Amino acid sequence: MMKSPRLPLYMTMATFVLAYMLCIWEFPSMFSSRVVANLLTDNAFLGITAVGMTFVILTGGIDLSVGSVIAFTGVFLAVILRDTSIHPLVAFGMVLAITIAFGAAEGAIVHYLEMPAFIVTLAGMFLMRGLAYVLSTDSVPITHEFYDVLQSIYWKAPGGGRFRLIGGVMLLVFIGAMIVLHRTKFGKNVYALGGGVQTAQLMGVPIARTTILIYATSGGLAGLAGIVYSLYTSAGYSLSTVGVELDAIAAVVIGGTLLSGGTGFVAGTFFGILIMGLIQTYIVFDGTLSSWWTKIVIGVLLFTFIMLQKVLAWATTARRKPATEFAMRS
Amino acid sequence: MSTTPEPVLQATGVSKFFPGAIALDDVSLSLYPGEVHALLGENGAGKSTLIKCLTGAYKRDAGTILLDGKEIDPRDPQGSLALGIGTVYQEVNLLSNMTVAENLFLGWQPMRHGMINNREMVKRSKEVLSGFGLDIDPSQLLSSYSIAIQQVVAIARAVELAGKVLILDEPTASLDREEIDLLFSVVRKLTERGLAVVFITHFLDQVFEISDRATILRNGRIVGTRELANATQTEIVTMMLGRQLEEAKKERGKAVIGETILELKNYGRRGTIEPFDMILHKGEVIGLAGLLGSGRSETAGVIFGSTPADQGTATLNGEAIKIDSPRSSIHLGFGLCPEDRKTDGIVGDLSVRENIILSLQARRGWTRPISRAKAEKIAEDYVKKLDIRLASLDMPIRLLSGGNQQKALLARWLATEPDILILDEPTRGIDVGAHAEIIELIQTLREQGMALIVASSELEELITYSSRIVVLRDRRQVKELQGDEISIGAIVRSIAEEGGAQL
Ligand SMILES: Nc1ncnc2c1ncn2[C@@H]1O[C@H](COP(=O)(O)OP(=O)(O)OP(=O)(O)O)[C@@H](O)[C@H]1O
Ligand SMILES: [Mg+2]
Repeated sequence: MMKSPRLPLYMTMATFVLAYMLCIWEFPSMFSSRVVANLLTDNAFLGITAVGMTFVILTGGIDLSVGSVIAFTGVFLAVILRDTSIHPLVAFGMVLAITIAFGAAEGAIVHYLEMPAFIVTLAGMFLMRGLAYVLSTDSVPITHEFYDVLQSIYWKAPGGGRFRLIGGVMLLVFIGAMIVLHRTKFGKNVYALGGGVQTAQLMGVPIARTTILIYATSGGLAGLAGIVYSLYTSAGYSLSTVGVELDAIAAVVIGGTLLSGGTGFVAGTFFGILIMGLIQTYIVFDGTLSSWWTKIVIGVLLFTFIMLQKVLAWATTARRKPATEFAMRS
Repeated sequence: MSTTPEPVLQATGVSKFFPGAIALDDVSLSLYPGEVHALLGENGAGKSTLIKCLTGAYKRDAGTILLDGKEIDPRDPQGSLALGIGTVYQEVNLLSNMTVAENLFLGWQPMRHGMINNREMVKRSKEVLSGFGLDIDPSQLLSSYSIAIQQVVAIARAVELAGKVLILDEPTASLDREEIDLLFSVVRKLTERGLAVVFITHFLDQVFEISDRATILRNGRIVGTRELANATQTEIVTMMLGRQLEEAKKERGKAVIGETILELKNYGRRGTIEPFDMILHKGEVIGLAGLLGSGRSETAGVIFGSTPADQGTATLNGEAIKIDSPRSSIHLGFGLCPEDRKTDGIVGDLSVRENIILSLQARRGWTRPISRAKAEKIAEDYVKKLDIRLASLDMPIRLLSGGNQQKALLARWLATEPDILILDEPTRGIDVGAHAEIIELIQTLREQGMALIVASSELEELITYSSRIVVLRDRRQVKELQGDEISIGAIVRSIAEEGGAQL
């Protein structure tokens, strides 16, 4: 009997391994700790965002506001550090509090006003982008010695790869999310909500609390991604990270999480991120391809994976077990 | 009861209003420790609504609830679970995207060092389920098991969570006798421990078998509460219906069997049902009997094409046909009213009217829409004919009571006026009054020349309208009974008979 829910995950992992092998076959120099380290560093903010998105999508929702939240966070930090003498750590705390509260508010609206998450977070997207513009329309550079300290933390692997702090943060977020999803009641409630709100409610799942927590998580992780992004770029710019929410959704879906909710794994999202990063790296190595090829390949991949999920879903409904397991039957 | 103990749960003056309907009107209910209390009434009487008001799934509009003498006000099912009220709701009700163990323990998972202890959870699930005679792997997805197993899992969960009160809303609808016996023995153990059990069902035999008292509801009002030791079925039925039930015609109708309409040869599907032969005539009813998982529904599905046959031939009115999907069979004049209304049947958010004309519309093709007036008329006709209780044809069908949804589903297939109608458990969850009406309807349809195949676990009902009965076991047809051979005893014997060439 095949265990269907894990199958898409394995498929994503296999796709990544296969794609990486193909890359190495063509460009042997892609097999280096440098490439791996850059893959993690360059995609850290997207990975963190995609973790939050995985939570939301697992419940059958969506969060379109994350890209704007990242931009807002960057601008907020840049402006605060430019205009005041607040320590960056305090500023991080402030911005996380804001983004968590913002996510929680979105969740509350989705739940209590019974509005579609699509609409609520679309509004949130405009709101946050607008707030970022209000703070500053220019790109504001961040110069602070604490930033320099954080940026200079790395572990140099054999082969010259520099594993930087932000990649490590992303890995920690992924590990944390796995533990939360699979080993806590909250995590199980996330899956329960995705299986059916009505049923989950009758089974005693606290719907309101779970929904609000989920969007708060997504908001907070987008805030963290914003911090990571500001460390990555040393600037805050209100026009940055446009469309990142869509990249995050793509990574989640490529990672095997169903958009309808209820099935999926954060580990899948991780490999989704790696696959997307790999495509970009390949294009850089090739040097002749336009970067738009990234989008095209991702589009094709998305389509393929969604088709695969359909086929799988169809194959598993046709094989429900008969009621022959009643042991006491004489 | 000599010494009157305090009730565990006492509800007084509970009312619930829906737009266009008074579902409950000043209803009171007392549950004493150690009793099994049946809650009875027609489809739409308000039984499920009362349960939901007690557990907080619905917000009641009036009334007080006392648990052990203290007023409680559960605002959601979570609240009542925490108070020790375990409930199996009518629309089952577990999560098919999660494993059996996760379903059983959702919300009260065994923890270690602040984390869910999955191994312990699976181990305890195994123990709990074995108490219900189930030997399955709890780490598999719930959806990989049959509806009957899912139902048992739901019951097991409620039993585990019931500290004081256990509420079961039509728990036995998809269970066989053996599972029911197991359930009842568990219920008896619980009542010995002093729990109060509420039991909702339309099977009166089961009510008398397990319950001490019964409260009867009609149109959202209490008709009365009776000690069952000194009540008769007829009395109870009369209280439920507010009139006496006319005896259904017991004698098997004169079989006016016409010409052959459908002939199946060596028809089957690997892994689903062993190949079988079947000849169906106009104006006859073939009954399919057998235990759960014996292949009744599978036979229906293969004939209808929802799980198309992969071997054998089919001839309709002398012409060879190929049925590879419900679409093709609907066009050929087939209809199948499925067993599991929730997953295969109703479209919850569509109105009752749209649900009723759905298949008819599909048969006509979407380019020839049925006019609003015509749809209205068809729907109204069937609502009257089947006595479907509703506030308006425009209400989403999920708001109907369980039994009324079942009737609406039946109406959908009757509306297509099929030549061959396959009914899978047509009376599941339907009250005694409507039960008799549906049996009569089947007989009328047959007399009008329709050919029917009916799968049912209620043998008494099956033998009243079937001209032939096919008995299934282990996904194989093992016996065909006709004419005077048909009797409950004969069916039960062939269901139980061991031997034959077992594979
Ligand atoms: N959310 C709702 N909105 C409007 N009407 C409703 C709603 N829920 C239930 N009703 C109506 O309340 C009445 C009582 O329904 P209920 O489900 O309690 O019946 P029941 O006794 O459980 O019947 P059954 O035996 O068929 O399950 C029905 O007429 C139903 O249509
Ligand atoms: Mg009901």
